[in-house]
Amino acid sequence: MNNQQKDHIISFFEKGIRFDGRKKLDEYRKIKVEKGFSENAEGSARVTIGDTIVLAGVKLSVEEPYPDTPDKGTMMVNVELLPLSSPDFEPGPPAIQAIEIARVVDRGIRESGAIDTKKLCIKKEEKAWSILIDICTLNDDGNLLDASALAVVAALQDTKMPSYNGKVVDYKKKTKDSLPLNLKKMPTSCTVSKIGNHFIVDPTPEEEEKVDARLTVEVEEDGTLCALQKGGDKSLTAEDIDKMVGIGIEKSKELRKFL
Amino acid sequence: MSYTKRNDGRKFDETRPIEAKAGVIKRADGSAYFKMGKTTAYAAVYGPREIHPKFLQDPKNGKLRCFYNMMPFSSMGDRVRPGANRRAKEIAMVTQKALLPVVDLTESPNSVVDVFIELPQTDAGTRCAGICAASIALADAGISMNGMVAAVSIGRVDDKLVVDLDYSEESYEDGTVADIPIAVVSGTEEISLLQMDGELSRDELKQALEMAKKACSKIDKIQRDALKKKYGVKNE
Repeated sequence: MNNQQKDHIISFFEKGIRFDGRKKLDEYRKIKVEKGFSENAEGSARVTIGDTIVLAGVKLSVEEPYPDTPDKGTMMVNVELLPLSSPDFEPGPPAIQAIEIARVVDRGIRESGAIDTKKLCIKKEEKAWSILIDICTLNDDGNLLDASALAVVAALQDTKMPSYNGKVVDYKKKTKDSLPLNLKKMPTSCTVSKIGNHFIVDPTPEEEEKVDARLTVEVEEDGTLCALQKGGDKSLTAEDIDKMVGIGIEKSKELRKFL
Repeated sequence: MSYTKRNDGRKFDETRPIEAKAGVIKRADGSAYFKMGKTTAYAAVYGPREIHPKFLQDPKNGKLRCFYNMMPFSSMGDRVRPGANRRAKEIAMVTQKALLPVVDLTESPNSVVDVFIELPQTDAGTRCAGICAASIALADAGISMNGMVAAVSIGRVDDKLVVDLDYSEESYEDGTVADIPIAVVSGTEEISLLQMDGELSRDELKQALEMAKKACSKIDKIQRDALKKKYGVKNE
């Protein structure tokens, strides 16, 4: 890591500004959520944060429930950090960064209880809807985690159930039924990064390289935390964490407007 | 039975509506979006850059590598499992062969130009849409080229030859279908991709190639317009 560059970034932070012209450390770049880019997916959304672009798509299938949850449907989140979206990503099996994003996004939605998985059950022990969510990155300009989390929620909201006659799913016939979602519970994700003594949100790749520690804070509408993930090589104090959670909760109010 | 009217009302020599855009992925050295009906493709070009592992280096020439991938949610019905399957690998290979004749990498020896093609939404004709996007992306990346490549699929649906099959035609059930993806090099009108599945007469193939040339010259214009738009070049 280039220390001079890091000092330079920090000197900007001391004035409360960012390399890309933002005038606040806790300011997101422009966010855009577009639902329904795909006809073949049961639900889809494209999220842009600054120049970061991610696509999320939902596929549904009818499967046998897991033996330990015989009356519930299932959900899976997968992230593809496509080599098309950054010179740093390579073709091949998912890298650890992709796995982390997928697991953190998965946890937020799962633990918040925003999906009523019992309503996904068609017949106990035999048939239940399985929700397969895939995130594909189109351009990595930083903060893929928050963008992915937002895209997944939007794609879930966009989802329409295909018709099912008890034997086969007819994917060509979408019904008017949505997934059993509880929007109040649906989490937003805000990753707060610490560089030097400063806390920032929505880092660019340049800033991400210099992050000492980060904390992803997933929050429900009433401020309840539903997932956390600490990252970065350095440790955090309890005061740091309290501050970062505060920023995360505050920012979640802004992010909620895009749901 | 005879195929007298296309499922979506197009003329027999008409492609689906096409949209093309250059420079859509900022991190890439060159990129493009290409939409043909309900099939959409992104292509990103990285390079010339260092090639790993090093024994792949060619001291006389740069390498062109192509990758083709359908996003997991891109198709009707089942999710597509991530990772390159046999089909994706073959398409990546024929895509590379389709583009090679126009790409000149002699000035970038020992290096590689990577082309990544991604499909978020598919309705047949994906390899052709991918090649069209890739050609724009290569030009956008400033790779030395002696032409552009456009591609379209010609189909025989029952007794009719049609341009740019969509999925409903590809899976036509009242008669037989042949699917012939064809890539045409601009200027020389040479063919750099030719595949076919289905049955076809020698005469029909001749006609199909002529139809592809015509359709590709229209696509070529759309590709060039996309590049001109990005670089602010006005049409004469």
